[in-house]
Amino acid sequence: MAGTPNAIETPLSSADGSSPAVIVFENVGISFEEKAVLDGISFQLARGETKAIFGVAGSGKSTVLKLALGLLKPDAGDIHVLGEDVTQMDEESLFELRRKVGMVFQESALFDSLTVRENVAFRLMEEHDLSDEEIERRVRESLSFVELEQTVDKFPSELSGGMRRRVAIARAIVTQPEILLYDSPTGGLDPVTSTTIIELIVKQRDVYKTSSLLVTHRLQDAFAMATHQFDQKANQVKPLPAGARGDIPMGFLILRDGKIIFDGDVHELAQSKEEYIREFIS
Amino acid sequence: MQAVQDYSLLAARSLSNVFRAPRYFADMTQQADLIGFGSLPIVVLTGFFTGAVLALNSANTLERFGSLSLIGQLVSVGMVTELGPVLTGLMVAGRNASGMASELGSMVVTEQIDAMRALGTDPTKKLVTPRVISTIFMLFFLTIISDLLGLIGGGIVARFIFGMDSHQYWSSAWQTLMFRDVFTGLVKPLFFGFIIATVGCYYGMSARGGTQGVGRATTQAVVASSVLILLVDFFATKLLMAIFGYR
Repeated sequence: MAGTPNAIETPLSSADGSSPAVIVFENVGISFEEKAVLDGISFQLARGETKAIFGVAGSGKSTVLKLALGLLKPDAGDIHVLGEDVTQMDEESLFELRRKVGMVFQESALFDSLTVRENVAFRLMEEHDLSDEEIERRVRESLSFVELEQTVDKFPSELSGGMRRRVAIARAIVTQPEILLYDSPTGGLDPVTSTTIIELIVKQRDVYKTSSLLVTHRLQDAFAMATHQFDQKANQVKPLPAGARGDIPMGFLILRDGKIIFDGDVHELAQSKEEYIREFIS
Repeated sequence: MQAVQDYSLLAARSLSNVFRAPRYFADMTQQADLIGFGSLPIVVLTGFFTGAVLALNSANTLERFGSLSLIGQLVSVGMVTELGPVLTGLMVAGRNASGMASELGSMVVTEQIDAMRALGTDPTKKLVTPRVISTIFMLFFLTIISDLLGLIGGGIVARFIFGMDSHQYWSSAWQTLMFRDVFTGLVKPLFFGFIIATVGCYYGMSARGGTQGVGRATTQAVVASSVLILLVDFFATKLLMAIFGYR
């Protein structure tokens, strides 16, 4: 990872295993057109933890993120985000909560009629309490974090797929949210660009200690996250020493037929005897 | 039934948002420019030629009764109470309801609406309310322009085809108009503007199924808003007639 450390790279908080969970799913179920997509799933995301969610296409991975953000309402169960029950909140209250959560969408979902600057600054401008100079400074910091400062005046249509994902990350982190939700951030990208995106997510995780849910179908991405860390002094992502590979607060969650069939860390995943999981990770 | 319920909720929220912060005045101004100034050429053409053809057709009938001097009255009442508001509404519906449905529909299918909600912004406040307010506001003035152009079109036909004195045409056109005619003609665009924007936004916000879904939403928005304009025109006319106790 190249790039110059700056003010935005100052750690905000540290991971604390004793902290309460920031996201809690309890027996959550949702159906679309009478087909159960999620069937009574329960899991927790601890503060500072990153949890990778796997599953085949249509297994409900993206639905989990949309439920966590209150974009969808479950048919059953409770979802608590930062201590608040999103299933009981109206849309107006959810807008307040969503300001503490950043989301990177599957296809970036950048506003195509706005420039990169306006996209990244969108939430800051909506808050109406920052000066133009402050907004510009934070936009540039955020874009500098994803190494795309030079694209500030471009429109999303002028960027490559990988650059759009990076702008989407910049937009998600510009307000320094407490939780980040990544929906297939490397989906459809070439291996080199995917590595760049994963390195950015690792950098975000290790610099800010932000709690994250990461939906992906690329197991190698999640393994790379579990086995690498961001070295702030060298300003690059480096592999963890062999003995330190349990130190990263990284969990894995596998969905199958609407249920969670695995929820554990990288060692438990590697040692799982479940045939489907073995097939999945092979 | 579900569609009617969803439409009613969106329509009600689009208006109630006016009384709740944040208010997007910059977006309203931008939409007013796009809807109002952008629709000006088709409204000018429609108004002018409708007035002209109204004069042309009615002149043939009036000539038989030796009442050619009534062209001004016929054109002014016809344009101001009925043809101006309805045809302007239909033209603006064709141009803007489709534009709103396709723009918002594209935002839905590319998850931009979800992204906006995820960023803590209410899409009905940011996208729907500015379009509704701007359409109501601009359609009112577009209708006035259309009425005026219709009268000018009728006047040109009366003067240069039927050799009528211009002063006589404008005097009769002006004097025949009563408060109730002008009121009827200026109340209707308020309803039509509301219909155009809410229907366009509703079909856009409920678009599903990729680009094909956006195309379908666009077509449905134009058809539904046009039919609703004609329906509401009938009932609004009947209601206003009852209020003013005439005809």
